[in-house]
Amino acid sequence: MTALAGLLAHGAALLLLPPLLLGIIGKTKAAFGGRTGPPFLQPYHDLLKLLGKGAVYSRTTTWMFRLGPVLSLAAILVAGCVVPLAGGSALSFTGDAILFAYLLGLSRFATITAALDAGSSFEGMGASREAAFASLAEPALILVLAGLSGSSGDLSMTGMFGGAARWETASGLVMAAVGLFLVLLTENSRIPVDDPATHLELTMIHEVMVLDHGGPDLAFIQYGASVKLLLWSSLLVRLLLPDAPGAAGWAVWALGVVALAAVVGAVESTMARLKMPRVPQLLFVAICAAAFAMMFMVK
Amino acid sequence: MSRVPGFRALCNGEAVEAASIPCVPAAEFRERVLRAAGAGRRLSALFARAAAGGQGLCAIMADDARGFLHVLFSEGTGDFRSLTPELPEAHLFEREIAESSRISIEGHPWLKPVRRSLPDSAGFFRENGAEVHEVAVGPVHAGIIEPGHFRFQCHGETVHHLEIQLGYQHRGVEALLAGGPDRRAIFVAESISGDTAVGHALAYCSNLEALAGVCPAPRGEALRAAALELERLSNHIGDLGAMAGDVGYLPAAAYFGRLRGEFLNMLMALSGNRYGRGLVRPGGAAFDLTESMAKDFSARLAAARADMSAVGELLFESASVLGRFEETGTVSRQSAEDLGLVGPPARASGLDRDVRRDHPLGHYRVQRITATNETAGDVLARASLRRTEANRSLDFLRELLAGLPRGAARETCPAPRAGLFAVVLVEGWRGEICHAAETDRGGKFRDYRIVDPSFHNWPAVAAAMRGGEISDFPLCNKSFNLSYAGHDL
Repeated sequence: MTALAGLLAHGAALLLLPPLLLGIIGKTKAAFGGRTGPPFLQPYHDLLKLLGKGAVYSRTTTWMFRLGPVLSLAAILVAGCVVPLAGGSALSFTGDAILFAYLLGLSRFATITAALDAGSSFEGMGASREAAFASLAEPALILVLAGLSGSSGDLSMTGMFGGAARWETASGLVMAAVGLFLVLLTENSRIPVDDPATHLELTMIHEVMVLDHGGPDLAFIQYGASVKLLLWSSLLVRLLLPDAPGAAGWAVWALGVVALAAVVGAVESTMARLKMPRVPQLLFVAICAAAFAMMFMVK
Repeated sequence: MSRVPGFRALCNGEAVEAASIPCVPAAEFRERVLRAAGAGRRLSALFARAAAGGQGLCAIMADDARGFLHVLFSEGTGDFRSLTPELPEAHLFEREIAESSRISIEGHPWLKPVRRSLPDSAGFFRENGAEVHEVAVGPVHAGIIEPGHFRFQCHGETVHHLEIQLGYQHRGVEALLAGGPDRRAIFVAESISGDTAVGHALAYCSNLEALAGVCPAPRGEALRAAALELERLSNHIGDLGAMAGDVGYLPAAAYFGRLRGEFLNMLMALSGNRYGRGLVRPGGAAFDLTESMAKDFSARLAAARADMSAVGELLFESASVLGRFEETGTVSRQSAEDLGLVGPPARASGLDRDVRRDHPLGHYRVQRITATNETAGDVLARASLRRTEANRSLDFLRELLAGLPRGAARETCPAPRAGLFAVVLVEGWRGEICHAAETDRGGKFRDYRIVDPSFHNWPAVAAAMRGGEISDFPLCNKSFNLSYAGHDL
């Protein structure tokens, strides 16, 4: 019974919570700018609005363009099954960490191919940027995973992010957290890597790839992006905060995720975006942090 | 001898007999313009005008060091050889002449229309190569900005060439003003470029006053100068906020946006319009400032100065912002000089040009303003120049409000006299605004010519992008913030 309840809670949190994180980030940014900002639930309204719309497809696009948003969202949701939220993940097996990394890769592949399919010069530019930066973010993730699996002796996500605070390897934990946080900012196209609020096509990375999508397709993409943000936040929270059974565990986890969204909002409000050629340097920092984390944790 | 032989020298805002301006054959005209350019004068305007035997040219050259403007006409016959190969700053002017007149100019690299013909009928410059790609942006943009088409020839993220095609906002302003002055003219002048309503209205009114031979009321002149500086403040501050927004630095964007409103509100209190429309009228200012309003303005300006320095520190001391601004979109001093830049972009590249100091008119003759300079020519230089200029404008306004001349704000301005030629330069917030008017035998405008600072400065945006990152373009463009409407007229 408790297993079922845990499963249901996992599903509900995975499906319903993500847009709220975007709302929290928006509110934090508004607070820093001295504005009231849109309500916390605004992203839900936006998604509903988009879902109620029709879609327009260019004649130059093929089935790939329509498949992109669906495949991307599906891959992220499946990845969500192996990520531990509070308590554990919905699905756990040895080596699911590799599945997680590859599902995110599949999601990105779907978005990039759909963008290239539109044939616009903007989207080609965005696709090349996304691919370049993602290929630098991936090693950082793999190194963090390797370190965690080395220290926990487990190859499943639930085991690695078990929540048992391994304070004997505190330095490793801090390094892993730094690496993961930078990857989180990159993967979710936040400042200082990308600016999700900009309307300037030439400077965008992720947003410019989805310019030609509209209606339900865009809703899928935006919803998928918010789920991805929740997954990364959850990993970071599980890495740093202790686990507790039952409702207490959920409370700690929810608090951690919300606080992390506020931190992302604060980072966005207090610094400018990097020059694009500088982004790889930031990702090298992430890779180095992850490499040190692995060295500290695997002795 | 301070006057260049072969030109008619006049001061800013002075009207002279059109017949007293030398009119020489086309070949001689070219020689003299090149000689004057070699002697350090720069081309403020070059346009076609009706002359004996057909259409000839008129050149207005500014001598900033001595404060004179030099005018020369050409006859309507003969070979018109292009000035551009020797004098690149004539490039856009000659393209405009080729599209608007029957004069055929020989030896110009590419006489592509600038504003009148269908914008993309003439084709675009194209780079060939396996890995070169083309990115086209506009004329419809994602933000609420004016229409313009930008075509980048890129190699990866690096821009090799940027071509800017404007003309989507051509309204025929010069044609609307020719045949005037009429009741509509001042409203046309105020809408040449919506954010420079005061600057263009001031140039137009000063022209009318020069042609009528009257001096505007000193109090009116002071109020106009106050409006011009408030316009400069609101736009410079707004631009700083927009630049912060472009790099995703929210706090500065929000605070500068709020601060811009303060200056717009002061213009509103002064004229009843947030952009200062309706204030500048021939003979002076349409509205007066009461004693209590002047006091209130002083207090609000002092508060704004405190806010500005705090927000300025926030922006200019943030490492991540400096990292974006520094060495982005650099225009070298040499390029700035060759392209004949004016206003803040020229001063940011180390050129010492400011009409308010070099060719003072109206209240600027009485109360001097210090010109500012930067040397680096990048986005940071253009940003910090705006900040310094805004502070100087605040100093100027404080002094002005403390010693506002007494008397009426407006004198009557009679109709223009016949057969005159007048030039007015005004340092608008974007730079030198040039209005040239010539009256016919009935005292009506035979010709009314306008050069917005944007017309000089657009080529600089393309120059600044060379070899830069395409993702830096929006920031770079914003650091110039040129007018599309002012260019397209």
